[in-house]
Amino acid sequence: MGGRAFKYDDHVDTDVIIPARYCTGFTVEELAPHALEDLDATFVQRVRPGDFIVAGRNFGCGSSRENAPIAIKGAGVACVIAVSFARIFYRNAINIGLPILECADAVAGIEDGDTIRVELAEGAIENVTRGGSWRAAPFPEGIREIIDAGGLAEYVRRRVAAG
Amino acid sequence: MSMTIAEKILATHGGRDRVEPGELLFAKVDRVLGTDVTCSLSIEVFRGMGVERVKNPDTLVLVNDHFVPAKDIKAAQLSKNMREFAREQGVENYFEVGRSGICHSILPDKGFVRPGDLVVGADSHTCTHGAVGALATGIGSTDMAAAWALGELWFRVPETIRLEISGEPDPWIGAKDVVLHVISLLGVEGALYKVLEFHGPVIEAMSMDGRFTVTNMAIEAGAKSGIIPADATTLDYLRTVGIAGAEPIDADPDARYASTIPVDVGSLRPQVAKPYLPSNATDVEEVAGEHVDQVVIGSCTNGRLEDFEIAAEILRGRKVHRDTRLLVIPSSQAIYLELLKRGLAGVFVAAGAAVTPPTCGPCIGGHMGVLAENEVGLYTTNRNFVGRNGHPSSRVYLSGPAVAAASAVAGEITPPYDVRVNTKLQAAKG
Repeated sequence: MGGRAFKYDDHVDTDVIIPARYCTGFTVEELAPHALEDLDATFVQRVRPGDFIVAGRNFGCGSSRENAPIAIKGAGVACVIAVSFARIFYRNAINIGLPILECADAVAGIEDGDTIRVELAEGAIENVTRGGSWRAAPFPEGIREIIDAGGLAEYVRRRVAAG
Repeated sequence: MSMTIAEKILATHGGRDRVEPGELLFAKVDRVLGTDVTCSLSIEVFRGMGVERVKNPDTLVLVNDHFVPAKDIKAAQLSKNMREFAREQGVENYFEVGRSGICHSILPDKGFVRPGDLVVGADSHTCTHGAVGALATGIGSTDMAAAWALGELWFRVPETIRLEISGEPDPWIGAKDVVLHVISLLGVEGALYKVLEFHGPVIEAMSMDGRFTVTNMAIEAGAKSGIIPADATTLDYLRTVGIAGAEPIDADPDARYASTIPVDVGSLRPQVAKPYLPSNATDVEEVAGEHVDQVVIGSCTNGRLEDFEIAAEILRGRKVHRDTRLLVIPSSQAIYLELLKRGLAGVFVAAGAAVTPPTCGPCIGGHMGVLAENEVGLYTTNRNFVGRNGHPSSRVYLSGPAVAAASAVAGEITPPYDVRVNTKLQAAKG
């Protein structure tokens, strides 16, 4: 997959990803139009399906609201690449099937607006605009199983169905 | 054995003799907490899992707190969805407006958490419950649906940071000052994926109300949970909520920690965290004089009886400044009733404060006190991110109840020992 990078700083919190004033809604249709609204008011107008968010440390810190990764995924973001993720956001992204990659070197080598290419299965990240390629840390085996199932809901559905 | 408290609890609940940090395992959960703001999505996901019945309905606690009393039609629908699900699934522990409170008061005060329990909640401040010696952590809505379906959930065994908190601070230094200071030392990601174990004489001397304030803010350093080992104070509290014979768990003497950090709070000044991070704590004197449009005393962080006793000591016989609004929000109906019985509610109303029913309301910029453009707030809550409490240009400082009450009277950020607001504590300072 390839697309443009939208680059942000450290500690992008869930309140700016999706403010509580929109959290009386929980569907993609209600949330996606407001993704990152209090951080970057033009993000939703500019982002195209297949684009990437590239951010610093502790992405998604704060609230447990799953509305946050739902809004980002719904806005068309193919993958979030960050130096690190806050732990509840990390779980939520994996659980709902929003691809995330942790790779500090890639974040350092990507500027806002660069075109990048990502192969999720290998965690391979390439900067098409200015060169450079990196490989994100692989997910632990147990988390890989949830990702491969397409998320935790499908993982549980299969497990329950199998008895 | 050489295990930390979190490792012991995950080993027990995962059916293992021992666990190592970094391991992934499925572990049985003792409590699953949901609120009006997170349940509706969980219900939808749960249905999609092809499961008819919640596996262990007795473990569920469902609490109306975030957008209640319903702020609008959509919020009313969120509560209705949770109410109907509770009925359908036979969930006894459903808490309705008027008989409810903020979930992190309800859970311990109704006797739903014991030392050694594994508690998950679809609210990031679920870490609060580590104050009774449990491992309690926040999860999302899909996680909650999975816990409903399976009665267990996947966990990564966290590393633990041991904090040894010592010193004899001045009398107006409270639990909030201590934890704001700790978070400023660690940073907002200093405990990412880790557990904070709180030890030391300052913690041992702390009331349960204070301990809940400390563990509540563990997430603000990125932690999975904050844990305080249960002791005589814990067991006394547990007896008052109907739990007898609880067995404390402590870390093994040779437990392995990611780090052990001594924190001396002996010379700590009252702390205020500046916008826009809870880790931006500084001495109150550094920011004194900044005008505040609104002061909030309440929330899952500082909405307990002790917090209001401290605030009332300052507000008794005084008035809220004419250019400032004060909101007082007890964190449960039970605490509200205590405020009435003890005459504290009268102190606040006479001072010109609005006393509201329990709600998360202004802490999340939800309702009942949202900030306008460029307004400044001083809140006893836990987060001050951009736009958290209202307009994205508004700015919120975080403090304990003493600084908050003093600032409400002065109309600007003010130390609690300021002679304008507290002659008694000024005298105590000598």
